[in-house]
Amino acid sequence: MRKAPGNLAVWRGAMLLAAAGWAGLCHAEGVLDPQGPIAAAERTLLLNATAIMLVVVIPVMVLTVAFAWWYRASNTRATYAPDWSHSGRIEFVVWSIPAMVVILLAAVAWGSAHLLDPARALSSDQKPVRIEVVSLDWKWLFIYPDLGIATLNQITVPEGTPIEFMLTSTNVMNAFWVPQLGSMIYTMPGMTTHLNLLATNAGDFAGFSSNFSGDGFSDMRFTVHSLPAAGFHSWLEVARGEAALDGEAYSRLAQSGTDVSLRTYGQVTPGLFDRIERDSIGLSAQTMGH
Amino acid sequence: MSAEAGLAALPAAEPLRSRSGAGPAPVRIVVGYGFWIFLLSDIILFSALFATYAVQQGQTAGGPSAHQLFGLRNAGIETLALLFSSYTCGLAIVAMEQRRMSAFYLCFALTFVLGATFLGLELTEFAGFVARGAGPTRSGFLSAFFSLVGLHGAHVTVGLLWLIFLVAQTAYRGPLDYVRRRLLCFSLFWHALDIIWVGLLTMVYLMGAR
Amino acid sequence: MLGKLTWQAIPWHEPPAMAASAFIILGILGILILITRKGWWGYLWNEWLTSVDHKRIGVMYVLLALVLLVRGFSDAIMMRTQLAMAAGNAPGYLPPEHYDQIFTAHGTIMIFFMAMPFVIGLMNFVVPLQLGVRDVAFPVLNSVSFWLTAAGALLVNVSLVVGEFARTGWLAYPPLSELAFSPGVGVDYYLWALQISGLGTLLAGINMVTTILKLRAPGMTYMRMPVFVWTALCSSMMIVAAFPILTATFGMLLLDRYAGMHFFTTDGGGNFMMYVNLIWAWGHPEVYILALPGFGIFSEVIATFSGKQLFGYRSMVLATLAICVLSNMVWLHHFFTMGAGADVNAVFGIMSMIIAIPTGVKLFNWLFTMFRGRIRFEVPVLWTIGFMVTFVLGGLTGVLLAVPPADFQLHNSLFLVAHFHNVIIGAVLFGLMAGYYYWFPKAFGFTLHRGLGVVSFWCWFIGFYLAFFPLYAVGLLGATRRMQHYADLSWQPYMIVAEVGAVVIMCGIIATILQLVISIRTRESRRDLTGDPWEGRTLEWATASPPPAYNFARLPTVESLDAFWVMKQRHTGNTSNVYPAIEMPRNSANGFLTAFFAVVIGFSLVWHIWWLVVLGLAGAAVILVSFGWRERVPVEVSGEQLAADEAAWRGAGVPG
Repeated sequence: MRKAPGNLAVWRGAMLLAAAGWAGLCHAEGVLDPQGPIAAAERTLLLNATAIMLVVVIPVMVLTVAFAWWYRASNTRATYAPDWSHSGRIEFVVWSIPAMVVILLAAVAWGSAHLLDPARALSSDQKPVRIEVVSLDWKWLFIYPDLGIATLNQITVPEGTPIEFMLTSTNVMNAFWVPQLGSMIYTMPGMTTHLNLLATNAGDFAGFSSNFSGDGFSDMRFTVHSLPAAGFHSWLEVARGEAALDGEAYSRLAQSGTDVSLRTYGQVTPGLFDRIERDSIGLSAQTMGH
Repeated sequence: MSAEAGLAALPAAEPLRSRSGAGPAPVRIVVGYGFWIFLLSDIILFSALFATYAVQQGQTAGGPSAHQLFGLRNAGIETLALLFSSYTCGLAIVAMEQRRMSAFYLCFALTFVLGATFLGLELTEFAGFVARGAGPTRSGFLSAFFSLVGLHGAHVTVGLLWLIFLVAQTAYRGPLDYVRRRLLCFSLFWHALDIIWVGLLTMVYLMGAR
Repeated sequence: MLGKLTWQAIPWHEPPAMAASAFIILGILGILILITRKGWWGYLWNEWLTSVDHKRIGVMYVLLALVLLVRGFSDAIMMRTQLAMAAGNAPGYLPPEHYDQIFTAHGTIMIFFMAMPFVIGLMNFVVPLQLGVRDVAFPVLNSVSFWLTAAGALLVNVSLVVGEFARTGWLAYPPLSELAFSPGVGVDYYLWALQISGLGTLLAGINMVTTILKLRAPGMTYMRMPVFVWTALCSSMMIVAAFPILTATFGMLLLDRYAGMHFFTTDGGGNFMMYVNLIWAWGHPEVYILALPGFGIFSEVIATFSGKQLFGYRSMVLATLAICVLSNMVWLHHFFTMGAGADVNAVFGIMSMIIAIPTGVKLFNWLFTMFRGRIRFEVPVLWTIGFMVTFVLGGLTGVLLAVPPADFQLHNSLFLVAHFHNVIIGAVLFGLMAGYYYWFPKAFGFTLHRGLGVVSFWCWFIGFYLAFFPLYAVGLLGATRRMQHYADLSWQPYMIVAEVGAVVIMCGIIATILQLVISIRTRESRRDLTGDPWEGRTLEWATASPPPAYNFARLPTVESLDAFWVMKQRHTGNTSNVYPAIEMPRNSANGFLTAFFAVVIGFSLVWHIWWLVVLGLAGAAVILVSFGWRERVPVEVSGEQLAADEAAWRGAGVPG
């Protein structure tokens, strides 16, 4: 019986589909289109690790199909050795190959886990922009503690400058993710997580929540605008003129409901982030990420 | 390969050297072993709660802490009661194996009384905490405490009910094979509760009251 | 009087839920009416519902799994359709309140009520036969385990008709699953259904471990046990080790929700990160609990159909034990992004990669079993080769995700969803389908229709790649799991291809159902008269198909690995026609009744109908005490009966 479709058209269709998919991937935004050093390092890691493993995986797949075909019962030319079931040499090789791949990848994992730890500050001669991130039901609030402003569902940063994020949540777990800039991290009530990213060039990058948080979860999107230094300063000037994020404005935000509007607040009550983090657990605050 | 060569290549029947080839084990062993595996799973259940307690020990949410609540004297008496009840349980099983039935009933009666004493003391302690506003809903620490120690207490309660049932069955049917197997399982259960209590005493009371 | 239960609990105003509920209710009514009209109640009660025979219980487990496969798959195709539609500003046809319940139900049902029962069912059916013994260690407990699982499955499906299901994802992380953010009954249904079925599973694990370690035919030392038995042993040991953690964790969440405690709440000193750790300390062993028996099935299948002993038996056993131990040490890789720090992340990442070593060894051993074999391309072999090719890809993406910074970009994305479906469908589903076809003739005395088996395989194989490889791509583009709609129109083509894949898989499922129906109708043409339709190597093939209730008239004496194969080569088999009488356990209604009260207790706990809870507990207590009190008189099977059965079977020209 046939064990692979002999129909050439089907194979052609499959190849076409795969090619289209691959083309789509290469030209689209996302993990494979890094716009910052963290995302670039992570993409390199993904591609290298995949390549290393394909060196073993592809021969195994080929051998599987090849053995299955050659040793089919109707092939009388093939050797049949029904009692051969042990070979020390083969055993040695089959334990060694995966072990060597794993040792190599383990070394990569150790090094990269330390180098790309989210809490690790990025080395740069630029002074980092600090942004406090709060995930609410279902919107993103971004507070710039050093600049005294805040934004809703959008972040504006100067290009080439490290961004230091401090993240928390008002009630349930969320996750902050900008694929083109790099690592995601959970946001959790009553504690602060830390993330460090950098946008190399100017551009707009899509941001998502990547931890399910309820009915409005799919709308928790935001945009990161990376501007040249001059552009960032002019944006800041305009932003300072906007309405303030006072207690009333915040309590409206904190009410449950989807809010996809883009807003900028010219003034923020100092210490708002710390209060949010404390209030979500009532009494004591815990910090995460070292 | 020819048939004869094939046959010759087959492994020769080795004489059985290991007990693992001795065939199905007798019922008594199977039942005891299965119950032992169940007890191991129960210990893992407790481990999850021990781990939770370890994490939440300090989470008093502004409420009472271990140091303020736990009385070592009470814990000590509970320990003596439970450990001694294990001893009388062991004596009862020995008496059963020797068919000394009046000793059997006496020892199990003592086991029950000591177990009930343990339970009574524990319930009094719990009630006292609740009255002081240190109930399980007060803080994470107290939720962990009440559930860990409470789960052990629930096991003791089930054990006591099971003991009544088994003694009644022994009285009614006599020391038949399956009745004796069940008594053996009960004694394993009771001793396991002892071991868990020792862990509880150490981790919760001794370390907490310091 | 009825707690929180009101008429509002029935989804009058939600057409999709009403339609699904009507379908289920009519279906169940239809079956009940059919059984009544045909007068099958007596037969069903005596032969199946109260049976303590591991073979009958195994069949019921598998039947439960196949029914729930259809339910879980309906959820899947609804999700894929929604995502194929809901691009840009299009809302799709499933609002979030429904979509969230559907993906939660899909995961919960597929893992707990499809994969677990299927695996446990096959282990139940096969292991005592392969061990050369008459039943598992605790037959009545076996029945209780099955019925508790069925009770959990029933509760989950009741939630569709009365109330709602959880909207939290299949693991119900707090704080979202706490009362404050999930005030409805959905999470309660989820928790009680899984506590009940979890108890059943734990008991099944204890039963299987005791059986394998203490009940084997004479001569069957550990190193003469079939590989499937080894994988069943390791899987069952992992059940015993892991399921209590699930029970404890769900118990704590229940205490939070019902008694106002503070295990995982955001206030009062609760720590929801503890839940994440505990649930994955169960969750990771769980996936190996499912995968290891799958591997065992492939080992049996490839050796049998290659006409060759499995290559590297000892290293297979070693690899299985290694996986069993290592799987308990990797749980943190499910939440690298929770911020545990580089050292912790790196250690767990490396541990996760180490598991790939024994898994890789197994793959090579199967490869070298085929090498110099004489492979017959029966349906189970198709599933095996499909698995080998597919699983390595899933394993690749798994090791990739085990590198923490790679996971920082791919965690919770559709890439992750594609990865775990890749490994689960490859190892578990393909394995179960292979095992189903392979052991069906042993269970029922006739083989399944081959052509439809081939169709089913190809539909699943092609459908899987169409459904999930686009998800790898779209995950890399930034698509998160559990989203109900998305803004980027460029993702839609991938979602449409995935939808096509789901439809192809649906054809595979339909083919399997058709295969069953047609095979039953044409069974006379495919009777298995010898009990050994595949030239088997292990002891289950040394009995009639189906085997008599007692399996073996005389327990075989095992002299080697692949005991039946060697017996056939040496023509060592029965030498005597005199059989000593044996005792078999009597049927028991214990399991069925326990489950009945479990459903009552579970349902009334969900709806806070406290008096009914008390009644249910009282009922369960009465059952427990009365069954414990009664003398259990075994059924005796006389030596003459055994001799007659053997003669009837062997008259069909059976070797040995």
